[in-house]
Amino acid sequence: MTTITFKSVKKRYKKNPVVHGVDAQIESGEFVVILGPSGCGKSTLLRMIAGLEEISDGEILIGDTVVNKLEPRERGCAMVFQNYALYPHMSVRKNIGYALKVAGMPKPEREARVLKVAQSVSLEGYLDRLPGELSGGQRQRVAMARAMVREPKVFLFDEPFSNLDAKLRVAMRSEVRRLHRDLGVTSVFVTHDQTEAMTLADRLIIMNGGRVEQIGRPSDVYHNPASRFVADFIGSPAMNLIEGEFDAKGVFNHGKGGQLRAEGGMALAGRKVALGIRPEAIRRAGAGSNGAIAAVVDYVEELGASRLIYADASGSRLIVVDTGTGPLPGGTKLHFTFAEQDVHLFAEDGRRIETHASAARMAAHAEQPINA
Amino acid sequence: MIERSRIFDIVTYAVMIFGMVIVVAPFWITIVAGSQSLQEVSRVPIVLWPSSHLWDNLLEAWTRADLGPKLLNSMIMAVGVTVAKISLASISAFAIVFFNFRGRMICFWLIFATLMLPLEVRIVPTYSIAANALMPFQVILDTLGITGLVETLSGLRIDMEWNLLNSYPGLILPLVATATGTFLYRQFFMTIPDELVEASKMDGSGPLRFFWDVLLPLSRTNMVALATILFVSTWNQYLWPLLITTDRKSFGTVVMQLKSLIPALNGTQDWNVTMAGALIIMLPPLLVVALMQRWFVRGLISSDK
Repeated sequence: MTTITFKSVKKRYKKNPVVHGVDAQIESGEFVVILGPSGCGKSTLLRMIAGLEEISDGEILIGDTVVNKLEPRERGCAMVFQNYALYPHMSVRKNIGYALKVAGMPKPEREARVLKVAQSVSLEGYLDRLPGELSGGQRQRVAMARAMVREPKVFLFDEPFSNLDAKLRVAMRSEVRRLHRDLGVTSVFVTHDQTEAMTLADRLIIMNGGRVEQIGRPSDVYHNPASRFVADFIGSPAMNLIEGEFDAKGVFNHGKGGQLRAEGGMALAGRKVALGIRPEAIRRAGAGSNGAIAAVVDYVEELGASRLIYADASGSRLIVVDTGTGPLPGGTKLHFTFAEQDVHLFAEDGRRIETHASAARMAAHAEQPINA
Repeated sequence: MIERSRIFDIVTYAVMIFGMVIVVAPFWITIVAGSQSLQEVSRVPIVLWPSSHLWDNLLEAWTRADLGPKLLNSMIMAVGVTVAKISLASISAFAIVFFNFRGRMICFWLIFATLMLPLEVRIVPTYSIAANALMPFQVILDTLGITGLVETLSGLRIDMEWNLLNSYPGLILPLVATATGTFLYRQFFMTIPDELVEASKMDGSGPLRFFWDVLLPLSRTNMVALATILFVSTWNQYLWPLLITTDRKSFGTVVMQLKSLIPALNGTQDWNVTMAGALIIMLPPLLVVALMQRWFVRGLISSDK
């Protein structure tokens, strides 16, 4: 089994830094998803593990070996590419078996391995077809079979599902989960799709602008975002972030005269902060309820099971997940409330401000052993 | 263009038929003249209908120009040049496209610049190198003083010579360097997605393996198209074989022999034999084009990936 360790890994193109020093440890058998917006350096990081990109500074260890100077083939990684990267002139059988052929494995043994792997991704009926004659999902499965056949120490996935349609994506997601459960190989998966990330990952590495924003289990990241960026990036619809300032009485002033009360505010008096609440943590309340925010409905998005209310709270945009029914025309005045422990506070530099609420959430979602 | 009207159809057909006549007429005249007897071919005005002496004329041309061995020479030269050109072009394009080395663009532009230097322009230096292919090395050793050094030390004089005149390497090697082929291959290689290169790296194959297992099979149609063009153009080479072979008997090519079939000013004007010889000589390239045509067209429009 194999761990992957990053020691202040940096990447520069010419003089242009794209990864600014990543420190992280991926445990053996873990499924880690690197998540971030495009251009955040996540693919670069993955390609540095694979050996397709040189490491400008720092070290990457696979197991106990520093792999900086090793050729891709010496690192024991297999990779699934975004556009499948199948050899167009080779049959599925040859595509899957190519790595073994290069490694000099005798033909009968190779054929047996190829067949076994093909069966595990239900491709045994397509072995003699060319990639051009397969559908997108089948090609993706060939790409995975090709990675699996070498029995690598590490699986690397570079946005493998971004060319598939939504339905196939869900199907492939569960296939990848199943494979990981069966094989238990350390896997690193890069994506910009947070649903994919949340559902697949044992742990997430969230990157932004070449830096790691947060490393943690999906629920930790969701419930305790370490920074304003993570808060905004994870969760759909995104967390409501309201800019404002606490006064000496601990009242949060925002927008055009909006006021609300939040715990721990007194200590932050005079500091500009952003107050975050998840749309799903907000409830509708009767008028005049204690601590309620008044807001005016802009419009409503119907989702079926629930609906999203887009409202204006004294100049700040508020999105609320609402399970109620009944018409809500624009301009309706509503009151909303939320629990103290659902409040997130972020300082001006974007970092999380620790409060009793955040500590309580941390305790509630305390790290349990991975793979439990 | 979807334009369908009677007049337009007529015009289109007229243009096509006119073009076809222009292309086919010389062939027709060759075939007709090649099948006539001496009397028939000398008749004025000329008759544009074939006669019955084709076989006699072919036999006469065959023996007179000694076409058997000469066809073999031409074949060796054309196939040799084609194979060597394609190997050289593909491997140098491979180096230029897939390796990031210093001076890579300079190399490419140097190769590209030779497009502007056809054989005719560089024929004198090419000939002098063919006369002694090792001369450049000799010159280098001489100017560096190594020749003198070795002579004083060991008493042996370095005197390298490799004469290519009157030999198959002489016919083939000077024609091998090809900018066109390199360029064609470069354009093709640049359409290969990076991911494919990376996938093969992950699969553990080295550069040459990738070249052999992936690039060459993928470039098959390009290769056939290039081979067709090169074969025909080499077959038709006249100047270089003429220059490098003084021993016409053993190393002459068919295109050179065609000259010997043209009647002398005061000799018998047997153009029928000349034309029959021309028919034999143009048959191999015609066959190659006919057989390769399907691939050839696909290779030049090249997008069946």
